Amino acid sequence: MKILVAVKRVIDYNVQIRVKDDGTGVVTDNVKMSTNPPDDNAIEEAVKIKEAGKATEIVAITVGEEKAQETVRKALAVGADRGIHVKADGILEPLAVSKILQKVVEKEKPDLVFMGKQAIDDDCNQTGQMLSALLNWPQATFASKIDIKDNKLEVTREIDEGLETIEINVPAIVTCDLRLNEPRYASLPNIMKAKKKPIEQIVASDLGVDISPRLEQIKVEEPPKRKAGIKVANVAELVQKLKNEAKVI
Amino acid sequence: MAVLLIAEHNNKELRPFTLNAATAASQINEDVHAIIIGQNSAEATKQLSELPVIKKVLSVEASHYENFTAENFAPVIIKLAENYSHIVCSANTFGKNLMPRIAAHLDTSQVSDIIKVISPDTFLRPIYAGNAFATIKSNDEKKCVTIRPTSFDPCDSTGGSAPIEKVEASEEFSLTKFVKREEIKSDRPELGTARIVVSGGRGMQSGDNFKLITEIADKLGAAIGASRAAVDAGYISNDHQVGQTGKVVVPDLYIAIGISGAIQHLAGMKESKIIVAINKDGEAPIFSVADYGLEADLFEAIPQFMEELNKLNTIQK
Repeated sequence: MKILVAVKRVIDYNVQIRVKDDGTGVVTDNVKMSTNPPDDNAIEEAVKIKEAGKATEIVAITVGEEKAQETVRKALAVGADRGIHVKADGILEPLAVSKILQKVVEKEKPDLVFMGKQAIDDDCNQTGQMLSALLNWPQATFASKIDIKDNKLEVTREIDEGLETIEINVPAIVTCDLRLNEPRYASLPNIMKAKKKPIEQIVASDLGVDISPRLEQIKVEEPPKRKAGIKVANVAELVQKLKNEAKVI
Repeated sequence: MAVLLIAEHNNKELRPFTLNAATAASQINEDVHAIIIGQNSAEATKQLSELPVIKKVLSVEASHYENFTAENFAPVIIKLAENYSHIVCSANTFGKNLMPRIAAHLDTSQVSDIIKVISPDTFLRPIYAGNAFATIKSNDEKKCVTIRPTSFDPCDSTGGSAPIEKVEASEEFSLTKFVKREEIKSDRPELGTARIVVSGGRGMQSGDNFKLITEIADKLGAAIGASRAAVDAGYISNDHQVGQTGKVVVPDLYIAIGISGAIQHLAGMKESKIIVAINKDGEAPIFSVADYGLEADLFEAIPQFMEELNKLNTIQK
């Protein structure tokens, strides 16, 4: 089985986001960037499946500017065999990314495509579902457990009401939840080895798909700030405030 | 052209957030039609037709719709899409799973998780876990929009009598099979719509200790929430998670106990009307959003809190 794992470079989850004064976006200069956290779970799961002898090759792919390659390099350091970097500048909407991935899937013919369920920058939660629509493949979104059974996958999905289990035929798309596994850290020797693994460069415009944005970002602004509250001295004061001041209990 | 709302239901009844999504749909265009796809869902269909904001109900029934599989739902809606300017749905796990599958088929760039309708083509939505708000204008001919339910009031649930029209089912997508659903049944209010939420974090230290949270929640008639750390540690099940990748809640009162307040958690609760934080670390970021902060050991504070609540003559439910 061959697994394609899509990874995205985003502002690190620990960074305090700052909105640009001119309202055009958020500050990204000199800001720490990392792999989108659930994409790390997607890579980890692929590596575990390969270690269990159920996958033969893991290909990590990213779409984006030059530096997006770092996320592929990191995936190679934790166990992906080779990488693909589709170069594209500017704003890439999930629809555009899924069209690019569709082209790559048609060429690479993986059995499974894994990715995080949501990117923590635009919070769209769309790309996996869109890709599976374009390919007309089954989709298992928000996966917290994956069991491989021959040509089928049994996937436990995290839904609002609890957990749902579905069985999907391969080829299929799985979008990963943070609870799917515990991503490993890359060891230094593996980081060194990853430098020698190949990353194929593709220019997005060569794929013949329309990736121009359909959405206009009119402005980006700070959310309204909450007024600072107070510290209470003890539980009795807290309950008194909730009862008589806030009137919520 | 009218707006098409995808109703969320469990075949027996509408799920409450359908009412919030209906409100948002009616702000885009007063001409709202709603589609309900299911199996033996006559009662939920009737409820939908009684929402005064809905002008027409489309009902589709087949055995392969019983479990809400997106691969089965999407073709039905895609077939109807030519009659509609917008397709809208709640941005919960149902809508998040389904809508992009529709949008990709229609070659439309979806606008996810809106919190405000500015005009029929322009919407406000949070990005970066709610640390920025983006105003987005869609230039697609057809718009696929998911709605953050807690940002819109529920519409009236009675008084309407929209006509119900049957729609033909699409073929079954045979490559995806539903196996089972494990729903945690509880008599407590639903997390998404509760007036009060009591949440526990890593500071609870064990699943057993969550009983302390349960007692307070029972006393206040509250729903129980949790931080991702608490769910990851196995203290409580995933359906309780509040935050960027969990549920968004906007209760009148949110009580965060033993939760440090990572931005990912704040994303799910900082719009609550009143926030209480109980944490022994006075520097914890949760205090920056709390109306009332109590710096205390939760294992001392919770029993005292129960005691004080017991002293009250009345508690609002």
